[in-house]
Amino acid sequence: MATFTERMAPVLAFWLVLCLSGTWAVDRGNFKTCDQSAFCKRQRALKPGESPYRALLETMELTNTRLTLQLINDNNKVRLLLELYRLQGNITRVKINELKPLKPRYEVPDVLIREPPTEPLSLLSQDDNGVVLSLGAESQRVIVSARPFRLDIMEGRDVLMSLNSRGLLAFEHLRMRKDTFSYKVTSTVASVWDNIKRVFSSQADPEAEKKEEGDPENQAETGKEEEEKVEDGMWEETFKSHSDSKPHGPSAISLDFSLPGVEHVYGIPEHADTLRLKTTDNGDPYRLYNLDVFQYELYNPMALYGAVPVMLAHNAKRTTGIFWLNAAETWVDISSNTAGKTVFGKMLDYVQGSSETPQTDVRWISESGIIDVFIMLGPTPKDVFSQYASLTGTQAFPPLAALAYHQCRWNYNDQEDVQSVDAGFDEHDIPYDFIWLDIEHTDGKRYFTWDPHKFATPKEMLQGIMDKKRKMVAIVDPHIKVDSNYKIHNEIRSRGFYIKNKDGGDYEGWCWPGSAGYPDFTRPDMRAWWASMFAYDQYEGSMENLYTWNDMNEPSVFNGPEVTMHKDATHGAWEHRDVHNLYGLYVQMATADGQIQRSGGVERPFVLTRAFFAGSQRYGAVWTGDNAAEWDHLKISIPMCLSLGLVGISFCGADVGGFFKSPSTELLVRWYQTGAYQPFFRAHAHLDTPRREPWLFGPENTALIRDAVRQRYTLLPYWYQQFYLAYHTGQPVMRPLWVEYPQDPATFALDDEFLIGRDLLVHPVTEEGARGVTAYLPGKDEVWFDVNTFQKHNGAQNLYIPVTMSSIPVFQRGGSIIPRKLRVRRSSSCMEHDPYTLYVALNPQRTAEGEIYIDDGHTFNYEKQEFIHRRLMFANNVLSSVNLNPEARFTTRSWIERVVILGASKPSKVTLKTADGQESTVDFDFDASMSVLTLRKPGMNAGEDWTVKLQ
Amino acid sequence: MYCPYLLLLLSLGVSAVEVQRPRGVPLSKRQFYEEGKPFTCLDGSRTIPFDRVNDDYCDCQDGSDEPGTAACPNGSFHCTNAGFRPAFIPSSRINDGICDCCDTTDEYNSGAACQNTCRELGRKERESLQKMAEIAKEGFMLKQQLIQEAKRGLEEKKGKLAEVQTSKKDLEDKVEALRSVKEAAEQPEKEAKERHLKAWEDQKAVIRKEKDMAKMAAVFLELDADADGSVSVAELLLHSELDQDSDGTFTETEAQGLLGGVDKVDTVAFEAVWSNIKDKYISEAKADTTAPVETPQEETRESVSDTDSEQYPEDDIPEDEEEEDEDDEDEDPDDGEYKSPPTTRTQEKKDDEDEGTMPPYDQETQNLIDTAQKARNEFDEAERALREVDDQIRNIEKEISFDFGPSAEFGYLYNQCYELTTSEYIYRLCPFSRVSQKPKYGGSETSLGTWGKWAGPDDNVYSVMKYEHGTGCWQGPNRSTTVKLTCGKETVVTSTSEPSRCEYLMEFTTPAVCQEPPSLDSMHPDHEEL
Repeated sequence: MATFTERMAPVLAFWLVLCLSGTWAVDRGNFKTCDQSAFCKRQRALKPGESPYRALLETMELTNTRLTLQLINDNNKVRLLLELYRLQGNITRVKINELKPLKPRYEVPDVLIREPPTEPLSLLSQDDNGVVLSLGAESQRVIVSARPFRLDIMEGRDVLMSLNSRGLLAFEHLRMRKDTFSYKVTSTVASVWDNIKRVFSSQADPEAEKKEEGDPENQAETGKEEEEKVEDGMWEETFKSHSDSKPHGPSAISLDFSLPGVEHVYGIPEHADTLRLKTTDNGDPYRLYNLDVFQYELYNPMALYGAVPVMLAHNAKRTTGIFWLNAAETWVDISSNTAGKTVFGKMLDYVQGSSETPQTDVRWISESGIIDVFIMLGPTPKDVFSQYASLTGTQAFPPLAALAYHQCRWNYNDQEDVQSVDAGFDEHDIPYDFIWLDIEHTDGKRYFTWDPHKFATPKEMLQGIMDKKRKMVAIVDPHIKVDSNYKIHNEIRSRGFYIKNKDGGDYEGWCWPGSAGYPDFTRPDMRAWWASMFAYDQYEGSMENLYTWNDMNEPSVFNGPEVTMHKDATHGAWEHRDVHNLYGLYVQMATADGQIQRSGGVERPFVLTRAFFAGSQRYGAVWTGDNAAEWDHLKISIPMCLSLGLVGISFCGADVGGFFKSPSTELLVRWYQTGAYQPFFRAHAHLDTPRREPWLFGPENTALIRDAVRQRYTLLPYWYQQFYLAYHTGQPVMRPLWVEYPQDPATFALDDEFLIGRDLLVHPVTEEGARGVTAYLPGKDEVWFDVNTFQKHNGAQNLYIPVTMSSIPVFQRGGSIIPRKLRVRRSSSCMEHDPYTLYVALNPQRTAEGEIYIDDGHTFNYEKQEFIHRRLMFANNVLSSVNLNPEARFTTRSWIERVVILGASKPSKVTLKTADGQESTVDFDFDASMSVLTLRKPGMNAGEDWTVKLQ
Repeated sequence: MYCPYLLLLLSLGVSAVEVQRPRGVPLSKRQFYEEGKPFTCLDGSRTIPFDRVNDDYCDCQDGSDEPGTAACPNGSFHCTNAGFRPAFIPSSRINDGICDCCDTTDEYNSGAACQNTCRELGRKERESLQKMAEIAKEGFMLKQQLIQEAKRGLEEKKGKLAEVQTSKKDLEDKVEALRSVKEAAEQPEKEAKERHLKAWEDQKAVIRKEKDMAKMAAVFLELDADADGSVSVAELLLHSELDQDSDGTFTETEAQGLLGGVDKVDTVAFEAVWSNIKDKYISEAKADTTAPVETPQEETRESVSDTDSEQYPEDDIPEDEEEEDEDDEDEDPDDGEYKSPPTTRTQEKKDDEDEGTMPPYDQETQNLIDTAQKARNEFDEAERALREVDDQIRNIEKEISFDFGPSAEFGYLYNQCYELTTSEYIYRLCPFSRVSQKPKYGGSETSLGTWGKWAGPDDNVYSVMKYEHGTGCWQGPNRSTTVKLTCGKETVVTSTSEPSRCEYLMEFTTPAVCQEPPSLDSMHPDHEEL
């Protein structure tokens, strides 16, 4: 929604200046390049191989839980403290901070779900040059080299990862500002910061200056320090018309990682780029800095709305991960010794026995905070997911309805409009679960309120939706209109909850309402208060079927530097610089808490956010922001969501149809078909675009869209089960193929197709005018069944699939069992008690396995064992259902109405044995041409034990 | 008045439910579902035992075996809805906990507490149908009047047109006659004026000649520095501006050349020299430096008028710069036609003081001019009258040619405007012309479109009007408005909305769309079921 309209009179003038320069593409000039970001430029200028850091082995202390060791920078004698932890689950944590910082440096709170439990480290050997420590099992060791300092993590004879191997560790220690020009600022350590602030906020106080000059002790003390080169941008930086006062001076950190044997790295979302990350030698590094980018460009490393500083490295033998826990502006450089080599070149190396192993080098640069990095050692992709989940938690288990279809638009004009759109879905027999209201529903962009004319009786409207067993989402953004007649503003102001500007006043910026304040969500008391605002008696007009959407929480500040907040704004003791990338996470966290609290902890929340950070998966869903109605934007939705899934955020989607501009009918249909197979499935459109409800494009296209949406609804049991799994294990729901086929290099860079769970492979049609697509079906000894025709295809092949407008190429893996509900109704809640159809796809060994998960769909009672989780197995011509969790108790009215066995042969008789020991015969149909056996109405309860025998 | 009918309907409705047939089957299809006999799917695709009908498993591709359950994705369920209209609903709405049939029959096993609302709905529907029928009846009567009026109006206009066309003929004759008179009067006028001008030119030439001679004498005296009564080469060389080839040096040879090849000239010979040097010569006396360069009057005028025409577009530039005022890109009807430059120009030349002003025309010439002017005025007036008549004809023809509906029943809307005031705006619909929007509390008007076309569905083209090409939207289309016409006694705009950005929807009632109300009996769809 980062745009404006004629109606936005207050912000119009500003936006005109900002936007008119480029109408349909991002104005790159609004956002910094590395060169324009002083710390990035400084750090990137460092040359490899000249590390000034040395480990002081004599300072080493090894306790049961950690190793500590001092590092010294031989250039300036500043000492750092290295902490090394062995964490449970094959994770190594490396922390580096100043030994004695001038003031504490920011350490990111609230992202780790707990203090990670440690495992003992043991000393294997030690000499003058270094130390070798055992990392527990699997012959893993870490070698600490002293001069220059470096860490190598080994397994057997293989180096898995090296830190500071290129010598790019850099740690800008906090310092007092040296005398320069008129700024003579010296003082005692205790008051230096106050002084600097005073100097920056007004003219230097001549009296203080005099006093300081006459203080020989102080001068002596400062004189002792090594002279540091003062560079531009260390103490002040300007970008366009914005100035960053940097009262604390330079504080950047940087560290390099070498990954021998690795040619594929992934993750560090959010970028509109390919799944496989590119090398950055010839351009800017990938940037992580939450920004509201107006009409973002594709295939480049520019920062977008969210940031997850997690990178995965993969080769056919091992998957590892790096989690760089830092919330400040961060840049990531990637280089590779094989980049640019052709396949032939690589082969030549191989044939000639070239000694060079492929290697990827990565370098992280952050503006402030400390180095706190978690090295996840895999070895499998699933291990890395579990390792990361053990640190930051798993995907929130959403209410089932949130996995269904969402209808959104900026804006549904009024209650009548909402009602008629709702009726339109019924009239055209298209299911939907959520209808959304964007900013225009409020009274003058005052969140938690309703427009008194257009939405005069919100409860009546919500009741009407509830009567159809549907739900609504209303937007609540974190910028608060400065208006003394607005309750929310008055409360926040009087409680002192607003973020402060550098001069100590409430920070104000421009956003949708005009002048707005930004609540300090980093404060627990502020978050608690915010959460309390969602109580039914506080949020007037809200009801239990009203959920929330947090937009603009990067935060977006229309007149701020790079459309966000000034870095020298303050959050208590910390600068915005330190916490920036964390802000959006906190907004969603507080909002989700509010939704949980309003129901007394009973109901699951549903909150969508645009900005995010590591750990955001715990609070709800994420979408890819303000995309455009273009084919390339449809294509990029796949790698963007795949990248998010790899770093824990499974509940991802892109605006179906594209936010900006108006899609062609073909694009709209294809987008529905793609979105139906992505985790968060919501259509959305910009205020200035023509209406695009699914029935506005003629009966033929209505039917195509209806069919895509209905496919989603039939698969809701599978989606729900996958989300339960994600919640439980941290495995992504939407997965790149390499996650399931880690040894097949053909899968490593695929990002035009993907898996849902491990059993469904989707290759959506994302080309205009496509007559066919070529899908790679993985697995050398596997088979895949086309879910529409039931035709069987062998794995490990590129399969050409002719397509028409109705085609969505989807394949079920042989060896899997997928439950569906084929009775699609107008919303998912209406389907709660409906029976299941089991699709049993046999592998060449004629076995198959799957799961079924059932609970009430919307409460936290699953935490109290109120669910059904069963394993479905087919082997030796027997299909059976086994309880996976005997303690769990839940009953369902749903039964099994049909079993479809793909790749079957014709039985002579089929018998069903239920839990009570009753045996009965089951009717069946056999389609010999496709080898499909359909069992007619076996009728057993989905929550009970049963076996079906084919004879 | 409907009571007997209602009773009949009710009794039949109740008995209809009692007719034995599987759940969800309409009476019309009862014969396909015969208890105990194998059932053939209605698409003929297969035959199944009767106990598989409504057994909550979908056997038929077309869903026909499960009319009363939700088992088939494409099935439909029939509710009798006794007391109201029967209906088919998608079978996915059976037992979904939401009451769809007013007789509650769709929720027989969901626990939903549905109330039978058919009688109430039936009553309301009949009331509203009755009301609508009354409106339609009265509206239709009004429409007949409108048609009559339109007919009369059309006749009148045709009559008027014929009348005006006749008067046009007369006017054309008159114009021709006056043109002859004018031309006859203009010839002697022209000649007299030319004569007068010639006399004045001659007189001016004499005066000019005298002045030239005087000036020549003065220059001679000025050049003749040594006052020897002749101008020598040396004396001439002092005037470098006379350099013939303008190469910067005024040579003796050149000076000699100017003097006609001799070294000096006396006053008589200087006459020949004067004509060579007078254009370039600059007097030593500063006051005299500006030699009266004769600028032809015509050129001056042209340049003036050029500047004028350039100034007008410049006047428009500030308008273009009002970028913020998107709403006001209203096309100014005057745009493009720049105000014509002033037609009368001052004939007086003030610079020609030397030559004085032309003397007034003599009485005879003036009389001729007056006569010609009168003829011109009369001719212009007649021509203007003719243009007005042409406009009138065009307007009448345009109105006659407008598509005002099959019986011109919409003709009465022509040249009318209707307004609706909402909380923010005043909307204005001028049928067959334009739709606009104006903020209630000040601000300029925004065009929401000008008349485009009738845009109803093929079977009812005259139910929707489309107005197009209104003011442009930022990053969007030009505003447009769809006007939906419904039958009403009054002609009034009942609502406006903007369902999509810059696409407006207006509802408008008018008797002109009222159809002759059919009798209620034939309208009620229950009929089919009976």
